[in-house]
Amino acid sequence: MYDAGKILIGLVIFLLLLTFPFWYSLGQASYESPELQLPEDSQECIRDTEWMRKNHMQLLDDWRDTVVREGKSVYTGSEGKQYDMSLQKTCMDCHTSKKKFCDRCHNSASVEPYCWDCHVAPEEVANGQQ
Amino acid sequence: MNALYALIMVLALVIIPLLGAGAAGWHALFGVVLPYLAFTVFVLGFLYRVVKWGRSPVPFKIPTTGGQQESLPWIRQNRIDSPSTKTGTVIRMILEVLLFRSLFRNTRVRLFKDETQLSYGSSKFLWLGALAFHVSFFVILARHMRFFTEPVPALFNWIETLDGIMQVGVPVLFATEIVILLALAYLFLRRVLVPQLRYISLPTDYFALFLLFAIVISGILMRYFVRADIVDIKTLTMGLIQLQPEVPESIGALFYTHLFLVCSLLVYFPWSKLMHLGGVFLSPTRNMPNDNRMRRHVNPWNYPVKLHTYEEWEDEYRDKMKEAGIPVEKE
Amino acid sequence: MAQTPSPDNLVQSIDYTPPRKNWLDNVPPEFRLGNFSYPAKAGELESFFGYEGAKEWSPMDEDWQLPENWQEIIYEGFRERLEKYRSLKVFMDICVRCGACADKCHYFIGSGDPKNMPVLRAELLRSIYRKDFTTVGKILGRLNGGRALTQDVLKEWFMYFYQCTECRRCSLFCPYGIDTAEITMMARELMNLLGIQTNWIMGPVTNCFNVGNHLGIPPHTFKDIVDFMVDDIEDITGKRIEVPLNKKGADILFVTPSGDYFADPGTYTFMGYLMLFHELGLDYTMSTYAAEGGNFGLFTSQEAMKRLNAKIYAEAERLGVNWILGGECGHMWRVLHQYMDTMNGPADFLSVPRNPITGTVFHNAKSTGMVHITEFTADLIKNNVLTLDPSRNDNKVVTYHDSCNPSRGMGLLEEPRYVLNNVCNQFFEMPEQTIREQTFCCGSGAGLNNDEFTEMRMRGGMPRANAVKHVHDKHGVNMLSCVCAIDRAALPPLMNYWVPGVDVTGVHELVANALVMRGEKERETDLRGEPLPGKED
Repeated sequence: MYDAGKILIGLVIFLLLLTFPFWYSLGQASYESPELQLPEDSQECIRDTEWMRKNHMQLLDDWRDTVVREGKSVYTGSEGKQYDMSLQKTCMDCHTSKKKFCDRCHNSASVEPYCWDCHVAPEEVANGQQ
Repeated sequence: MNALYALIMVLALVIIPLLGAGAAGWHALFGVVLPYLAFTVFVLGFLYRVVKWGRSPVPFKIPTTGGQQESLPWIRQNRIDSPSTKTGTVIRMILEVLLFRSLFRNTRVRLFKDETQLSYGSSKFLWLGALAFHVSFFVILARHMRFFTEPVPALFNWIETLDGIMQVGVPVLFATEIVILLALAYLFLRRVLVPQLRYISLPTDYFALFLLFAIVISGILMRYFVRADIVDIKTLTMGLIQLQPEVPESIGALFYTHLFLVCSLLVYFPWSKLMHLGGVFLSPTRNMPNDNRMRRHVNPWNYPVKLHTYEEWEDEYRDKMKEAGIPVEKE
Repeated sequence: MAQTPSPDNLVQSIDYTPPRKNWLDNVPPEFRLGNFSYPAKAGELESFFGYEGAKEWSPMDEDWQLPENWQEIIYEGFRERLEKYRSLKVFMDICVRCGACADKCHYFIGSGDPKNMPVLRAELLRSIYRKDFTTVGKILGRLNGGRALTQDVLKEWFMYFYQCTECRRCSLFCPYGIDTAEITMMARELMNLLGIQTNWIMGPVTNCFNVGNHLGIPPHTFKDIVDFMVDDIEDITGKRIEVPLNKKGADILFVTPSGDYFADPGTYTFMGYLMLFHELGLDYTMSTYAAEGGNFGLFTSQEAMKRLNAKIYAEAERLGVNWILGGECGHMWRVLHQYMDTMNGPADFLSVPRNPITGTVFHNAKSTGMVHITEFTADLIKNNVLTLDPSRNDNKVVTYHDSCNPSRGMGLLEEPRYVLNNVCNQFFEMPEQTIREQTFCCGSGAGLNNDEFTEMRMRGGMPRANAVKHVHDKHGVNMLSCVCAIDRAALPPLMNYWVPGVDVTGVHELVANALVMRGEKERETDLRGEPLPGKED
């Protein structure tokens, strides 16, 4: 007895699972790296873009701990310029829209930071979207 | 010694991408060509192996019965360990494949020589270690689907949220990363420390463990220590999925090392013991019902054999039988 | 004959620490009297298999005088079996060497020899498979655990595949259900191709084929034996009973292993069957042609198994019976339950077995048409058709040994227990890791219950004996019951060695002791001629 039918069904299921991403992306527009809306009125961030892309989460986490636990709130950027350690006042001052900045990458990479459990996004609040 | 061979092989697999993608900068090779190749080898190899198994028939119905058969209606049957129905057999297989039911039975024997006493203790560590490894592995696999889908289906988000539910650190620490490391360490240590296991372990047994270790460690390094830019990585992975490969420049050697090790695993998988993934479904001692005397099983190669027929036999013993008063066919 | 070490010395000699040397470096196994079975007689190989060129040889010989192309024969045979058995192919490929099976084998527990770990036993075959039948194995060779097929490897096969009783205990614990019994069967078939076979298996196979039973008892002698038993039964019960032989048109054909009518204590069980059938007025017959329930072909090759087994259906058809009842035997039931219908069926000349006394229809045997005697008796007792006086067994404190094959190849667990609990008052179970599906082998199954193998049998039987000792010490158990003829031959010496003071009995001996027959005289003794409780003086 061969049970060929059962083996084939098993293999088809296995193949479908294995190739899920391929057929899931069928008929979808080709993937584009997220486009971020950059601030219009400021030209530079507290650190360079490359560094920020990889490490902003760590930076924000450090800021939170430093401010809340040590009471210090001054951050010195790579150029020697000083910033207030505040997501709200510093970051979101330039990057005003969570939707058009933060979420673009986070959604694409499926990352759900818990910043927004407490913080609010200025532009969305102003527009009554949050 | 066997472990050392394996370690050297895995180290070689680590060095190749460090040199190739890191020093020489062959990103397209390590980011596009090899992954496609490895995936193809894996899929075709897996199919080949299963089809090869399937081409041999199961001539006899040989379930290992782990409980009471179905017999008289008032005797309580063990419908899972000695199933006589399709449903029972399917349940037995599900429990075997998903929960490692047989391993759960595991015992450990001890011999007290002075009292000539054997004792059997329950021993569930192997079951726990094996289950921990496999569950973590599949959760990690599911988590990685965020790199291969756009938009990411909610299921994968849920799994990821659940895995990081402790919310330790940034990026959030995944429980499976710790668990898989512990499980792999356990599986490795028992091979090295238990004398009988060391004796039976082949280089390939260590190779699989080391390769998985290397994959996990490179993944963890990338997430927490030598950060990679996952947006660029997703550009690469989605390019692969949509058959429009694109190799962002910023991706570093560590990522290619991780990817190359995964490719190695994919290529190695179909030709190794790792095929137990497919084989467990085809094990005739588990996937057949214990209904032998109810439903006849057909052996496709059953062939006539040389017999000693009653007629021949009676010819040899007729006189003696008649003398003894035993009935015969021919007087 | 080798001197078997004393139990104490034997236990002290067990060392579970494996040697330092890699097992892949072929070390020829050390054959010494007590750890192997004598080879088959050349004449029997010739007459049964038509095997040419069989020689008289000893495993202790340096050179086994193998045929020139013996490796080719093995490769060809291996290839053929890989194509015929999915089990072999899958089991060769998927073992991960997790070691869960290691300490489940009674021979490993009793010998400490690492090659008796089921995983390594199978690796003896796998190492050849990997080297010669897999792509990666051909490339990686030894790194992948492959090795060349040399005479030393063959010696290892002979040593360790004849130190496996095909009990399947390892397969119960294996996460993939890898069944060493299956692997051992294949290895033995391969060795068979070279005429490497044991005398203790080949003798019974030839006898069974030629004469009708393993012991080579011809029909007229069979009748003599039955007559003796009928006399004994008359002495004990005062009842003269009839035993129909080769009776055409009977309702039921009864088939039991020849061990039951050859030697004590099996004979008492056989008397038990006869008394029970007589009391029921059962319309049955025994056959002197199919006078063997057991099947040493199972330990030889599937072809040998089929050749011997074919007699049962053939005889049932010739005699025109409605169904077949099978006696107490372990490996016999592996064959009847899992192989017979497939090999020699369909048995469309039989009807669905129906107990003529109670009317119960055995739906679980509707295709094969064969019922186990404890299924039959359990049904009788449940329907209250027997008058039983269990107090006649009161001088027996009983425990029950599950035979490997009925427990792991059939699932016959509750039926004998139900019978036992109705025919004796003092019944105690052994520890749960040693009974039911986890039962330990007697150490002598699969054709290994020969004298020259005694030391290994005592080693392999140690876990079983140790569990008996536990209930012997704790509850005073003095009677080990079982439903297996090999057990009844193998357990008495095992008990004698490890747990003196425990006797061995079949379930139906106890049934017959308790069975109150119509018109019987007041019994003074049990079937063994020993005084019943209260009749000691």
